[in-house]
Amino acid sequence: MPEAEPVTDKDPKQQRTSHDPDERGHFGPYGGRFLPEALMGALDELSAEYDKARLDPEFTGEFARLLSGYAGRPSLLTEAPRFAEHAGGARIFLKREDLNHTGSHKINNVLGQALLTRRMGKKRVIAETGAGQHGVATATACALLDLECVVYMGEVDTERQALNVARMRLLGAEVIPVKTGSRTLKDAINEALRDWVTNVDTTHYLLGTAAGAHPFPVMVRNFHKVIGEEARKQILELTGRLPDAVAACVGGGSNAIGIFHGFIDDPGVRLVGLEPGGKGIETGEHGATLTEGTPGTLHGALSYLLQDEDGQTIEAYSISAGLDYPGVGPEHSWLKDTGRAEYRAVTDAEAMEAFQLLSRTEGIIPAIESAHALAGALKLGKELGEDGHILVSLSGRGDKDVDTAARYFKLVEDV
Amino acid sequence: MSRLAQLFEGTRAEKRAALVGYLPAGYPTVGESKDLLAATIDAGADLVEVGVPYSDPVMDGPTIQAAADTALRNGFRLRHVFEVVESVASRGGRAVVMTYWNPVFHYGVDRFARDLAAAGGLGLITPDLTPDEAGDWLTASDQHGLDRIFLVAPSSSEERIALTAKATTGFVYATAVMGVTGARESVGASAADLVGRTRKHTDLPIGVGLGVRSGDQAAEVAAFADAVIVGSALVTRAAEGTAALGALAAELAEGVRRPAVPAA
Repeated sequence: MPEAEPVTDKDPKQQRTSHDPDERGHFGPYGGRFLPEALMGALDELSAEYDKARLDPEFTGEFARLLSGYAGRPSLLTEAPRFAEHAGGARIFLKREDLNHTGSHKINNVLGQALLTRRMGKKRVIAETGAGQHGVATATACALLDLECVVYMGEVDTERQALNVARMRLLGAEVIPVKTGSRTLKDAINEALRDWVTNVDTTHYLLGTAAGAHPFPVMVRNFHKVIGEEARKQILELTGRLPDAVAACVGGGSNAIGIFHGFIDDPGVRLVGLEPGGKGIETGEHGATLTEGTPGTLHGALSYLLQDEDGQTIEAYSISAGLDYPGVGPEHSWLKDTGRAEYRAVTDAEAMEAFQLLSRTEGIIPAIESAHALAGALKLGKELGEDGHILVSLSGRGDKDVDTAARYFKLVEDV
Repeated sequence: MSRLAQLFEGTRAEKRAALVGYLPAGYPTVGESKDLLAATIDAGADLVEVGVPYSDPVMDGPTIQAAADTALRNGFRLRHVFEVVESVASRGGRAVVMTYWNPVFHYGVDRFARDLAAAGGLGLITPDLTPDEAGDWLTASDQHGLDRIFLVAPSSSEERIALTAKATTGFVYATAVMGVTGARESVGASAADLVGRTRKHTDLPIGVGLGVRSGDQAAEVAAFADAVIVGSALVTRAAEGTAALGALAAELAEGVRRPAVPAA
């Protein structure tokens, strides 16, 4: 009988955990690759390069140095006692991704993928953006690493987020308004994919969330795992125990999957994803993909999806541009089906109430995306009672949302 | 023998390439799309690809995107695709369906295959489904006697061409250039190269699509491919009505029948 081949520590498989997808990127039935053949070579190249890089001390070292010396990690863990008074007396802890350079968790993934781009010898990066957070982060990393940067942004979003368009241009990126379809994030991704299929030899598509075709979901998740790893350590130091629940907003789901993975092997910790309930699930105007969707393929992966009876994608709606997406990362679909994570919808109104409450009780203006997680935490707190400990992913800061909030709360005249 | 195999046996006997014309079902309306497909066949197309209008057509350029939008706005529903295929079949034409994967997945892969076969369709072209993820479709196509046309691209490795050709029946669809659908000035040398590479892995006929818009280009491609696939150029012409569309289809049909001129 032949002996099993010894596994060396250079073998990427040894580094994989039980939470990694199979070789073709399946989390249970979800994930995989549903894209044109023309992109399969680039996805294979990316997978191979990432599998090497994740074990290469030169790569992991440079990534770690950029996270600490450039992005500002580790991000703080801040207890929010005055906010928590509105949460049934439970204790609430905020993982402060808003304090990272560029103002959100997005920088983690962007730095990782930009380093990979350079490793692959590619000089051009394309990205999609909704609210502009991922676009700004990508433009930032490209400036830092001397890469050409093109950002696709729905025309509607370029109008809603004109300041972020200016930021990206200031950083040297070209911003292309997308005029097709709903002219929002979904169509920006379509257009980026069309660019990629045309220029794949020279170009890396720096996808902004833990969705899309393999290896994006696992790779983006791993670049964001640092959120959960830091938070677990910090909360243990601070409280001496694990939290009862971890709450994070879910659009595509990258900050959520990053923080969840710090606790995924702690069965006592509930993982709660908060989706955009928009104007209310019953109105049909929402982006609650996991709560209301059914499995389908979009942008390269099989996952839950908002779709009509013919399998046509339904436009999502949320007050938060970053959550306004009809799909979701495939690992979340799997976590939902296995029951390891639970997903709930938070309406615009609930999110905006939490947005204002955190601003006034803690002096922290959150991103409206993150305010969905905060609203979820207020409810969870009431369910858990006084002994409850809740960790919230404060995925981004709210500067970009001041205009929206000013309109919503009628804080200034004539806006 | 599958009906696509019969088709290519016929065109090979005539020492010419087949002309394959693409038009979306439901464009501009369901009724008109039937007339447009009929005009394409009458003008000499050997096979039509009936496209399924889809909300997120990432492989398509502006022409087909706009046509899909129009069809959806004018009330195209997935069930109409079977009706349109049936209209082609009932007048003796041959049709395959070209569709992004989610509508088929959502309808139910086996159910879609059954209904397509019942409508007289010959197979499916799946631009965003590669053999890697096609387990259910391989089973359903066998079950219902449909051909499964997968795509190869200039970026495909030898290994992937082999894998794709092995899973394909009917003909292999070679995308001439790296990019989305749309008429182009030239189809490029990469198409001939890709066809050559693909032939090393299969005896199946090979169709070349993406970019062809004139009789001259059709003749050029016909010199090295078994089928010339034309989409966007026909869709553009379809907006001018059946007569204009028929004229272009006739020009293309003449192109694929020209004696091959050896490359300089």
